[in-house]
Amino acid sequence: MSEGHSTYTPKTGIGRWFDSRMPLPRLVYDSFIAYPVPRNLNYAWTFGGILALMLAAQILTGIVLAMHYAADSTLAFDSVEKIMRDVNSGWLLRYLHSNGASFFFVAVYIHIFRGLYYGSYKAPRELLWILGCIIYLLMMATGFMGYVLPWGQMSFWGATVITGFFTAIPLVGDWIQQLLLGGFAVDNPTLNRFFALHYLLPFMIAGVVVLHIWALHVVGQNNPTGIEVKSKTDTLAFTPYATIKDGFGMIVFLFVFAYFVFYLPNYLGHPDNYTVANPLKTPAHIVPEWYFLPFYAILRAITFNIGPINSKLGGVLCMFGAIVMLFLVPWLDTSKVRSAVYRPWYKLFFWLFMADAILLGWLGSQPAEGSYVFMAQMATLFYFAFFLVALPVLGLIETPRRLPNSITEAVLEKNKGRGGHPAGATAAPETKG
Amino acid sequence: MIPKSGNRFSDKIMLGTMTARQRISRGYGMKKILASLALLGLVAAGIGATGTGASAQEEAHNEAAPTHFPIDEPKEMDWSFAGPFGTYDKAQLQRGLKVYKEVCSACHSMNLVAFRTLEGLGYSDAQIKTLAAEYTIHDGPNDAGDMFDRPGKPSDHFPPPFPNEEAAAAANGGAAPPDMSLLAKARGVERGFPRFVFDIFTQYAQGGPDYIHSLLTGYDQQPPAGMVIPEGTHYNPYFLSGVSLKMPKPLSDGQVTYDDGAPQTVDQYSRDVSAFLMWAAEPHLEDRKKTGFRVLVFLLLFGALVYLTKRKVWAGVAH
Amino acid sequence: MSATDTQDPNRRDFLYVATGMAAVVGAGAVAWPFIDQMRPDASTLALASVEVDVSSLTPGMSLVVKWRGKPVVVRNRTEQEMKDGEAVNLAELKDPIARNANLPADAPATDANRTTPGKEAWMVMVQVCTHLGCIPLGQEGDFGGWFCPCHGSVYDTAGRIRKGPAPENMAVPVFQFISDTKIRIG
Repeated sequence: MSEGHSTYTPKTGIGRWFDSRMPLPRLVYDSFIAYPVPRNLNYAWTFGGILALMLAAQILTGIVLAMHYAADSTLAFDSVEKIMRDVNSGWLLRYLHSNGASFFFVAVYIHIFRGLYYGSYKAPRELLWILGCIIYLLMMATGFMGYVLPWGQMSFWGATVITGFFTAIPLVGDWIQQLLLGGFAVDNPTLNRFFALHYLLPFMIAGVVVLHIWALHVVGQNNPTGIEVKSKTDTLAFTPYATIKDGFGMIVFLFVFAYFVFYLPNYLGHPDNYTVANPLKTPAHIVPEWYFLPFYAILRAITFNIGPINSKLGGVLCMFGAIVMLFLVPWLDTSKVRSAVYRPWYKLFFWLFMADAILLGWLGSQPAEGSYVFMAQMATLFYFAFFLVALPVLGLIETPRRLPNSITEAVLEKNKGRGGHPAGATAAPETKG
Repeated sequence: MIPKSGNRFSDKIMLGTMTARQRISRGYGMKKILASLALLGLVAAGIGATGTGASAQEEAHNEAAPTHFPIDEPKEMDWSFAGPFGTYDKAQLQRGLKVYKEVCSACHSMNLVAFRTLEGLGYSDAQIKTLAAEYTIHDGPNDAGDMFDRPGKPSDHFPPPFPNEEAAAAANGGAAPPDMSLLAKARGVERGFPRFVFDIFTQYAQGGPDYIHSLLTGYDQQPPAGMVIPEGTHYNPYFLSGVSLKMPKPLSDGQVTYDDGAPQTVDQYSRDVSAFLMWAAEPHLEDRKKTGFRVLVFLLLFGALVYLTKRKVWAGVAH
Repeated sequence: MSATDTQDPNRRDFLYVATGMAAVVGAGAVAWPFIDQMRPDASTLALASVEVDVSSLTPGMSLVVKWRGKPVVVRNRTEQEMKDGEAVNLAELKDPIARNANLPADAPATDANRTTPGKEAWMVMVQVCTHLGCIPLGQEGDFGGWFCPCHGSVYDTAGRIRKGPAPENMAVPVFQFISDTKIRIG
């Protein structure tokens, strides 16, 4: 936490010269070396670093792919195939980028669920959480537009369906859709603007990530106990402790990522996207990328009119509402205790919610008929009930387990249980370089 | 639980009546993971699996009026390019090219494949030159402004059999035969739970060639009594999007002469051309798998080193 | 960290060094595809040869074809131009090397070495100034050869640099007469 003074002392003349003019080394030192982190962070906390790595990887592979890609509806599909066939290492860069999008979302979902589980959204981290939600929204827009660029059948029809959401808006819906498409249907103008925005948005994400990290460094990290840092013995220096742990987490993550890139590069994709877009033929069953499936299921679950709101608008509202819920979480949760570790009922509901989200994902991939519709409606109901009922009510009626007095105490208790490290270790100075 | 079904977005050859219920997409990887996790999650949550699966809407199965396509699942074949160390069998690819040249190419284009890339089949530069020169390429304009025909060069791509898609459709009863460059990656049948989970570990990525092989060898079967086969179409229980397709049985025994002693049967032709199409769709497959192995080995060693370093750094620090 | 410090320091240092080196190797391996993708791709390299019909060129006429994205001039030189070219003393040349891709790299820049045996009248040359890549104008300048309007480099009738900022003779590409009237470049 940035409560204390900077401990950075430049050792060289150049360092002092720099420091008095533009203290960038000081900023890096304070943010990534001396920055104190709770000593009890588990591997779920490595996903922040993993996400930063994935963002950087996506931007890098994306930039080099853009050197070969042609954003023109007559050339786009062939230019992607040229990357796959003729460009040196092109197949690798393209598979890294397409699978990288999926693994970016894998990481962000773990990151979000970790935040939900340990109550990382609660005061004073509301703004940190909301910045994260904005990043997630930008990621969804980027991912969606990126999927359109290869100009395959799923690209085209996915773009058609998703921009169709906006026609649900009364009065101005059609006007908005035409504004987005630059025409009456998805066509060359759409592809061009999607490419421009797909190139732009990652840099906006990077910008919001800076704010996200800034906010994090103001309030400090949450931790598995959910108790605030109270003394220096609760924390360790970011470097080397968190860096090396993050590094190991990244390598494990990259291993799984590489397994898919090199051995199952099309497992997460859709065969239809290897057929060039055809505006006159719709694929039999349109499904979005896997990371949108839960929201897609919610969209389709609303098959009935609600008063003046017809089912189409209702579906779109529920889908966007499902994302809005995330923004409201800091105020929906009434509990005084952060971490699910000490909240037995919340813990149960958290896992039910996770199962529900996965169930929604599966339902999103199935045709919207028969019992699937009913299941999707029930799952949607539970989704909203978790946020609007469980979060506020549980905080009021639940009796939390006894909280330890401090992070240090929790760590010592845990280590005592398994006969671990000597107690003296807690005296390790946090700035051990 | 998950119906095996034809979901392939239809080419114009798609026939038969289908409801959306039957046209379930296949090959959509992550949903399979989600499905398995969803099932696990439900059990864990105590909701139980009753009434959750598609079994709730089991439909009366009528042999003559099937509702799920393909009627029969593709047969899983042994492919030399499967698995982490898979490589193409060059002799097989050369035979497959022969089948493509002598049979498929009469109707199917292969626009994305250049002659020069045939070195991946083990041909020398001189052989590729000769092979390319067998084709006539429409080129131009020349200095006089006229289009002209010339023999193919290695830098040319396979010329299409029809000048444009409309001509292809007109010559084939309204259904343009699909381009074959990516066919092996653009086709695949839903794997169903729990196989798609195992597929991650077995690295099953041969859905395309399996499908093509099964389709090509699936013509000789008789439709069940009472099944209505639309006129001008051909029953094939392996077809993704209906009971029958417009393409007649393309291969017959002895049709293509092999020089290397391989059996001249429909089954062998089908295997060879399927392997060839996999190569056409994914020419860098061998390179990919080889690189992948090196990357994974490196990550394993590097990961071990980082883990040991991490243990050292954290040694004696309670956490 | 006193617990760590009491352990064998050599072993600990070795671990850190090995990990650091592995990280460097990994970073290098990752960097390569990003550099590799910038090189000309397979389809570009495949378009490396063109055939030109030169039957219509009488002495004193030239034509220009595009080869690898650059203009290649084919000139049927006049008797006078050939004589001028042969008359040059090699010691006067700014660049004494032939720059002919069909000959060894150190072949001297004689008039004959700038052409191909038996077809000495024919200049086949990448018409790109070796200074900064402009396209020189033909049959202009003090030496009756080529003159680059960008920065004033002057080439003689065999395309050799004689004056101005350009450092080298214009390049002769790989080519051959596949018949009396046809040249294959590349």
